[in-house]
Formats: sequence, C-alpha cells, structure tokens
Amino acid sequence: MELIQPSIGLVFWMTVSFLILLFILKKFAWKPILQMLSDREHSIAEALNTAKKAREEMASLKADNERLLQEARLERDRMLKEARDTKDAIIAEAKEKAQAEGNKIMAQTREAIQTEKNAAVTELKNLVATMSVQIAEKILRAELSNDQKQKDLVQSMLKDIKMN
Amino acid sequence: MTTFALTFENPHFVAMTQSTHNKSLKGFFRLLITGVFLLTAFSSSASEESSEKFDAGKMIVEHITDAHDWHLWGEGHSSVSVPLPVIIYNSERGLSVFMSSRFHHEEMSYDGYKLEEGKVVAVHEMGEMEASLTTVNEEATAHSYDLSITKNVASLLFSIALLLWIFLSVASAYRRNEGQAPKGLQSFVEPLIVFVRDEIAKPSIGPKYMKYMPYLLTVFFFIWINNLLGLIPIIPGGANVTGNIAVTMTLALITFIITTVSANKNYWQHIFAMPGVPAGVLVLLTPIEILGVFLRPFVLMIRLFANITAGHIIALSFFSLIFIFGEMSTGLGLGVSVFSVAFVIFMSLLELLVAFLQAFVFTLLSAIYFGSAIEEHHHEGHESSHSH
Repeated sequence: MELIQPSIGLVFWMTVSFLILLFILKKFAWKPILQMLSDREHSIAEALNTAKKAREEMASLKADNERLLQEARLERDRMLKEARDTKDAIIAEAKEKAQAEGNKIMAQTREAIQTEKNAAVTELKNLVATMSVQIAEKILRAELSNDQKQKDLVQSMLKDIKMN
Repeated sequence: MTTFALTFENPHFVAMTQSTHNKSLKGFFRLLITGVFLLTAFSSSASEESSEKFDAGKMIVEHITDAHDWHLWGEGHSSVSVPLPVIIYNSERGLSVFMSSRFHHEEMSYDGYKLEEGKVVAVHEMGEMEASLTTVNEEATAHSYDLSITKNVASLLFSIALLLWIFLSVASAYRRNEGQAPKGLQSFVEPLIVFVRDEIAKPSIGPKYMKYMPYLLTVFFFIWINNLLGLIPIIPGGANVTGNIAVTMTLALITFIITTVSANKNYWQHIFAMPGVPAGVLVLLTPIEILGVFLRPFVLMIRLFANITAGHIIALSFFSLIFIFGEMSTGLGLGVSVFSVAFVIFMSLLELLVAFLQAFVFTLLSAIYFGSAIEEHHHEGHESSHSH
C-alpha cells in the first residue's frame, strides 16, 4: 500500500536536499561551531588550570610569607633579648665603673683634703707664730715704751736671773 | 521508551490499514476547529453533512500520506488548499511542470495527466478536460517519474530552510562572540551539539569521531526538527515527513553507505569470517552477519517511520472519535471531544518526547554502526597464544 511504498519523487528531493543541507551545514555551521566549541573548552580548561596554579602559588607564597614572618618575629625577639642583655650588661658595667671612679675620686679627695688640711694647719701654725711674735713685739714695744718700764723689766729679769 | 511507543501505538497502526473507500471527505479543518475549541462550529457542520458517513481510516491515511496540495480546510471541490508544483518527467512526453490547482481536486486532467486517489497518472487524452472522461494510459504512467513538490517535499524544504537559518545564524553568533559564553539561540543549540558530540559520537565511534560529526549533527537536528514540525497541526507544519518511508529510507541508506564506505578490514572480517569461530559454525553465522548488514539500516528506516507515523495516527484517531460519536448524536460528540482533546494533549506531550527520542536513537545507532565499521582489530587472540 501507499504508506510503505517510497515514492521516487520524495526519495529524489530528500536525497538532493539532504545532501545539500549536509554540505552547507558541514562547511558553514558544524565546522566553525565545533571548532569554536573545542577552542572555548580548551581555553576554559587552560584558564581553570592557570587559576589552580595561581591558587597553589598563592598558597605557597602565603606559606612562605608566614614562614618569613615567623622567622622575622623570632629574629626580632632574639635581637630584643640581646639588646636588653647588652643594655643590662652596659648599665652594670657603667655602674661598676662609676662606683670605682667615685671611690677613687673620694679617696683622692680625702687625700687632698688631708694634705690641704695639713698645709693649712702648718700655715696657720706659722701664721699664729708670726702673729704671736708680732703681738709679743708690739706688747714689748708698748711695755718698753718709756725708760722706767725698761728699767723695771730689766730689774725683774735680773731678779729672775738671781734666783737661778 | 522506543519499544513502548511501538507496542502502544501498534493497534492504531493496524486500524489505519482497514480503510474503506468512501466518497465522504472529512477535512483537516474539522480537526483543527475541534482542537482550537470551536466545538459549536463543528457540531453544526456535522449535522449538515450527516447524510455522508465519516470514515476515520480514510481521513487518517490522507493525513499521514503525501499529497499534491497542502490542504487547509473544507471538503471535496469546496476545499481550500495551497497548490503545489507538479513536476512530471516522462521518457516520451518530456518534462511537464504546472501547479496542482490545474487538477481542480482530481476533477480535471491537464497536459495528459490527472490525479487519481492522490497519485498523478498519465491519460490518453492531452489537454484540459473532465477527469472522469479520460482513460488511464498504463504504459505512459509506468514511464512517468513524479518529481513533484508534494506536501512532504514542501515541508522538507521548509524544514531545511529552517535548519539552515538556525545553524548559520548560530555559526555566525559563534564567530561574533568568539570565546565568550553563548547567547540566545546559540545557548539553546549548544547543549544539544555537545550532547551529540559527547554522549553519542565520542562513546560510540571512538577517537575518530570528528569525521562523522557533521553527518550525525545534521541527521539529529533534521529528524528532530521534522518530528516537531509534524506535531504542529497547521501549515507549514503537519506534514508527516519523518513518518514517510521514502524519507526514512533515504536517511537509513545514507547511514548504510557511510558505514560501508568507511568500513575497514576488521569489519569485513567479522562479517565474512568471524575470528575464533569454527568453520562449521561460520557456515551458519556468515549468512546471518551478511543479513545483519542490510537489516540494520532497514530497522533504522522502519523504526523512525513507524514511531512517527504511529504518533500522527494516534492523535488523528482521538479526533476521529469525536466525529464518529458526533454522527450518533451531537451531544455525545461534544462529550467525547473533551476526553479526546485531553488525550491528544497528553499524547502530544508524549510525542514531544518521542520526537527527541527518535532523533536520538537514529543518531546513536548510526554512530554505533560507524563505530563498528572503523573499530580496530583487538589482539586478544594473539596475546592469548603468546601467553601459552
């Protein structure tokens, strides 16, 4: 019956038009579309890979940074500690030195004072002696200002000598 | 899903073959009208023509077979249809080209041809005259080749224009926004192209799949678009292109030719002398294998044809129910129409799935045949002999 008898006209038109369709689509549609699709897939895959790599790099960088930071922190602590130690040492030393110097100065001072004191005492003794002589001289002068007094003195002294 | 569709629709396939020849022609218009809610309009026309019995089988066959004009509405000589070009080549008379409207719905002959039950036949009498007065020239008819742009050819050309428009514009969209995300039609088509490539071609054919991609994509979208156009009841849809044996035969033949041409030594060896099979069994196996070579495209042809035709038949059958019951009583027809329309909507949804599925199955099987044709020899036999 007609339903399952292929008609020659339809077979002819179908063959011709389908082959033309196949040819045109192959050349102008499927080729560029499939090409673009695979290109895009490649570029997406590449971009994803790059992103992954970048992420890994970032992670490693971050770890590096962390490590560096940690090291820097340790270094800083070490340096601070060292500085503190140095400072303490310096201060202690300075204190010691100052103490020693002070003691030395004190000793010298004391010595100087002693010397000065001795000198002063000596000078004072001399001065007192000189003054005493002068006073004695003046007194003597005043005592012996007139002849009477000189006679009296000589009398008295003579008396003393007689006693001896 | 395929077998389900076949078994489900088979009873209707048989029912359709029991068509009797009745002069009464109930038109597409009635189907349309029913489908498009104008039930009252139909019931009045049914009462007018109640003298003529409605013949469901004939109506269905007329709608699923080819025609020389694109019927829109109306009955017999009052029907309205789009005339299509008739192109006839006869080895003696040469080429005749004229519009099918010259036949005046099978009532007139023209240029030595007339239309008889949808077929162009040659008549003895040349020129224009009453068809009933002419006598068929059997010899000239046998030598006439009808290359007319029939309803199916017109629908075929329309679908090809549609395919070209879709895919050339998509291709230009790909060129325009290269390397960017797809837009519009492009983003609708792209997953399907990727589907054909990744789910059909790559696993079935193997690394050489790229060579077969243009054919697989073309055949997939051709079948799918034509299946969908067949589901649209109004012009330019409604023709039964992928449910026509000539179309499915051509497609299956192209698959067969590509398979045969690209077949390697290994393929032929497996057909004529299956390796590792005793000679006694080969006597039995080789004819089966040779038969299988031709059976595969034959099955491809039948599967698509039967599935799509069955889909059309089932929708038309549900509509026929309305008219059959309507002839008994208008009220009964109206009552049945509710269920018929509901069933047709359900079947149409199923057919949407079948439309895609059949395109997928045809493409997948084609790809599997190509894959078997270019499959390289496995060195299993040699390896096992070495190991001993």
